[in-house]
Amino acid sequence: MNKLINVSPSPHSYGNDSVKKVMYGVVLAMIPAMLVSIFYFGISALILTAVAIASALFFEFAIQKYIMKVKPTVTDGSAIITGMLLAFNLPSNLPIHLIILGSFVAIAIGKMSFGGLGQNPFNPALVGRVFLLISFPVEMTSWPKPMVNRMALVDAETGATPLAMVKEGLKNNESLSSIMDRLPEYSEMFLGNLGGSAGEVSALAILVGFVWMIYRKIITWHIPVFMLGSMAALSGILWLVNPEGFADPVFHLITGGAMLGAVFMATDMVTSPMSVKGQIIFAVGIGVLTIVIRVFGAYPEGVSFAILIMNAFVPLLNTYLKPKRFGEIPKAV
Amino acid sequence: MLKTFPKGGVHPPENKMASGAAIEVLPLPKTVTIPIAQHIGAPSTPAVKRGDLVKVGQILAQSSGFVSANIHSSVSGKVTKVDDVVDSSGYKRKSVIIDVDGDEWMESIDRSTDLIRNISMTSSQIVQRVMECGIVGMGGATFPSHVKLSIPKGKTADVLILNGVECEPYLTSDHRVMLERAEEMLIGVQILMKALEVKKALIGIENNKPDAIEKLTKLTADKPGIEVYALKVQYPQGGEKQLIKALINREVPSGGLPIDVGTVVHNVGTALAVYEAVQKNKPLLERVVTVTGRSVSKPANYLVRLGTPVSQLIEASGGLPEDTGKVINGGPMMGKALNNLDVAVTKGTSGIVMIPQDLSQRREIKNCIRCARCTVVCPMGLEPYLLMTLSEKAMWENVETNDVMDCIECGSCSYTCPSDRPLLDYIRLGKGTVSKLIRSRKQ
Repeated sequence: MNKLINVSPSPHSYGNDSVKKVMYGVVLAMIPAMLVSIFYFGISALILTAVAIASALFFEFAIQKYIMKVKPTVTDGSAIITGMLLAFNLPSNLPIHLIILGSFVAIAIGKMSFGGLGQNPFNPALVGRVFLLISFPVEMTSWPKPMVNRMALVDAETGATPLAMVKEGLKNNESLSSIMDRLPEYSEMFLGNLGGSAGEVSALAILVGFVWMIYRKIITWHIPVFMLGSMAALSGILWLVNPEGFADPVFHLITGGAMLGAVFMATDMVTSPMSVKGQIIFAVGIGVLTIVIRVFGAYPEGVSFAILIMNAFVPLLNTYLKPKRFGEIPKAV
Repeated sequence: MLKTFPKGGVHPPENKMASGAAIEVLPLPKTVTIPIAQHIGAPSTPAVKRGDLVKVGQILAQSSGFVSANIHSSVSGKVTKVDDVVDSSGYKRKSVIIDVDGDEWMESIDRSTDLIRNISMTSSQIVQRVMECGIVGMGGATFPSHVKLSIPKGKTADVLILNGVECEPYLTSDHRVMLERAEEMLIGVQILMKALEVKKALIGIENNKPDAIEKLTKLTADKPGIEVYALKVQYPQGGEKQLIKALINREVPSGGLPIDVGTVVHNVGTALAVYEAVQKNKPLLERVVTVTGRSVSKPANYLVRLGTPVSQLIEASGGLPEDTGKVINGGPMMGKALNNLDVAVTKGTSGIVMIPQDLSQRREIKNCIRCARCTVVCPMGLEPYLLMTLSEKAMWENVETNDVMDCIECGSCSYTCPSDRPLLDYIRLGKGTVSKLIRSRKQ
């Protein structure tokens, strides 16, 4: 009767969730945005994404195998997300060697130097992106025009993003309404027909991914809603004060990296706070910093910087904003 | 809207395949092994020696303090040994081993099946009887029941809560008790109400037992003060603190007891045992045990004499399935894995669950991805990921200030972790170490 049986402490039952399911769920959620980027920017967006993913996987594998000397975990899907997110954050006609360099910085410096999955304080894709933006500002801000030359490997026709046009125009004392006349309709921009990084253009496609991730319970709604909400609130106040000097909230939400940042980058589990209270402050911080950088800063776009800055506050937020304990006894004042 | 606790929780597959199996009386075993420590608190003092002849219901070991319980013989026969034997915890404990001979009961025990509705004892007599009969919590925690019925000075209870939740997957023993022994159990509830001098009793049952809810609702229609509530199927609904919160919206303070918020919680199985003790003078010597598992040929609920070897229950249900990888004493969320199938059924054995090989092994541990699911599911509002890290690094002061002692060890964190991290293992390590530190500070 007594044969060898396993003995371990409880619980003896495990849920169906796994790191792979979480990671590939996010990858699936990014597919609509990727398809839209290929639709608008053509074959160059496809190459960009493929190169970014392949190099991210390669660097993670090589570092784990030859430097860290651990069993490579590239199949868990997290490097694919980093590669895809990096691609989403780059202009589609970026030279291939820069894509690979960005991928290296993202994986090697942004992620593996801290110990790999789960250990990095900053969003790796954004580390790669900001490194490229600061080091190669010209290449990183030559935005191909959507729907032109879709079959070309390198898009010759480039233009400014709506955010850059607004920033530039206001600096030259143009009125906002005259700048807006040169931009596509809001409905067009919502679908993705505007200049920008490959994956950030279509708010609609990103929202499809958001709904999917909420449905699969991969993320909660708090960070995206509070980040976009605080962006809308701050830009709305400025716009109400001076409608000719500041762009309206809808413009801020559908242009640039707002949607991409809110749905896919601020929600990165590894680099966002653990408690709901912390997540709300984190998200509001990103929203406010984004608008401050966009309106008052030197760069036309501030989502990447805002997220990286708030990433740095995560350990602090985790230390001071605990979940409410059951049966908590209020501390004597 | 079904009542439930507001924070955290998970919903593991229910797997209640034995819920339709009526309680069967398991035949008497040839020998029984009765540990003298089957409860939380001080082990009892043996009152018999080798060679003694005992009857069913005779005292084997005397309670050795207030938080302790008498142990009675579940069979008649001859004591062959009083020795250290491995019990379900895996440790050697002093046990009384009896060779069964016939089935001769103490004359003082009323063995008739007549329902005795009239409660003639006073409150203090009831508490005394519960103590004499060695009644402990039957839900699995085995806390001596008379302690819970003796309300400390300065505290009052205004409501009694009956735990019929049975939120552990697989287990159905409480379910069957509520269905088949409903009338006796409800008299037990009235006895407990009288002992505590409360006017109100609430019975909480998870909504996956509609037949039990219906039956008890019908039977309590003419019993003022007793109400039945259906609760959402959400683990750990049957956790004492969670159940109190769900039913009467009071929060037991950290480090406190239910009595601090004016209530006492008893399991429905305990209510039945209290009925038998008070009305029939029958000590706690048998209990209902669920024997089940995915590959078990006959999932069943047995009425088992305490001390019966677990192997005999498994045999009655068609033997150990070929693919068994783990045998659990209790449910899969909080039960203990057995390393030996000869151990005895004790007062706290609510079920024996056989888990197939493919589900019995721990999965490979991956890096924490800081998804915060453990903090979301923790019903106590703790941060399991943090407690694990701090315990790994042996930062015990931080483990303590992060409220490790509030953990109820429900296992929701380990259950839900996508990285399969052994969160609860490390939290237990932290709890054990911190409680030692607290004790050494007091000295």
